[in-house]
Amino acid sequence: MSLSPVLAFTLPTTVPLQGFLAVAAVLFCTGVWGLINSRNAVRVLMSIELMLNAVNINLMSFSSYLDGQLIRGQVFTIFVITVAAAEAAVGLAILLSLYRNRETVDMERFNLLRW
Amino acid sequence: MSIADSTQFLCFLALSAAVLLGALGVVLLPNIVYSAFLLGGVFLAVAGLYLLLNASFVAAAQMMIYVGAVNVLILFAIMLVNKKETLAAIPGLAVRRILSGAVCAGLLGLLLRVDFTTPWALPGPESVGEGATIRIGEHLFSDYLLPFELASVLLLMAMIGAIVLARRDVFSSDVITGEGVDQGLIEKTRTPLLLEKNLPNQSVLEKTS
Repeated sequence: MSLSPVLAFTLPTTVPLQGFLAVAAVLFCTGVWGLINSRNAVRVLMSIELMLNAVNINLMSFSSYLDGQLIRGQVFTIFVITVAAAEAAVGLAILLSLYRNRETVDMERFNLLRW
Repeated sequence: MSIADSTQFLCFLALSAAVLLGALGVVLLPNIVYSAFLLGGVFLAVAGLYLLLNASFVAAAQMMIYVGAVNVLILFAIMLVNKKETLAAIPGLAVRRILSGAVCAGLLGLLLRVDFTTPWALPGPESVGEGATIRIGEHLFSDYLLPFELASVLLLMAMIGAIVLARRDVFSSDVITGEGVDQGLIEKTRTPLLLEKNLPNQSVLEKTS
């Protein structure tokens, strides 16, 4: 007895590529808004992480839907994750150094380089 | 639509809702500690999206690096700089928020239009599925070998740079008083140099120059 058509499914791709891209777009725009409007410097770093994750979702969905054999997008995502980890470490170290010298995390008061 | 398809679709909807609501919470919540924990939730939901895209290795890497390392690092930073401070009011803040919100909405509209009007070359080649980990390993040690090695150098540089930037200054003798360094001097709180009340007097600067 052959499997019924209900069970004989191939790799399901019913979630459209556009759905993943839309989620990534909304996530990216949320990150941009937070990057512009946050006054706490830690929250600025968090917004940058959100934007990087949105880009990663884009890379992964393209890799899965359009480049299924040579998943180059996944390799790129791994590199982006590596760079994001390095960026978070250095960014938070800079933030600590700034906090020690200015005793604030308010972005509006980091105006040392303003002309 | 089979059971697997509908389950996948429901998982996609739930994970997307978690990602988007969590991101809004990260940006909008007034308490930064809640934001940091929600950021961990967003990272976990993104790892779930990667699982839906047949990428178990990248999902595991996302869990370990983002949730395990970056999020914990952010929490530590929050604990180190967590001082209650009342932010000074800024004129035109509401206008700035509305303007930037309009710009971001425009960017979102542009991205969504590109998303839904571009004729993507679907369906693409069949996915390798669970062979993705093997394929990534082949990539990393053949045609992406140079970026792989450069990433290790980058991580080393970031590690050294973070240590140098974040440590307190340790000299063999104090630069100001000239006395020898002991552990007490390392633990001593240093006066912040860039506060307005500690900045050298302008007339002194002009006299010396």
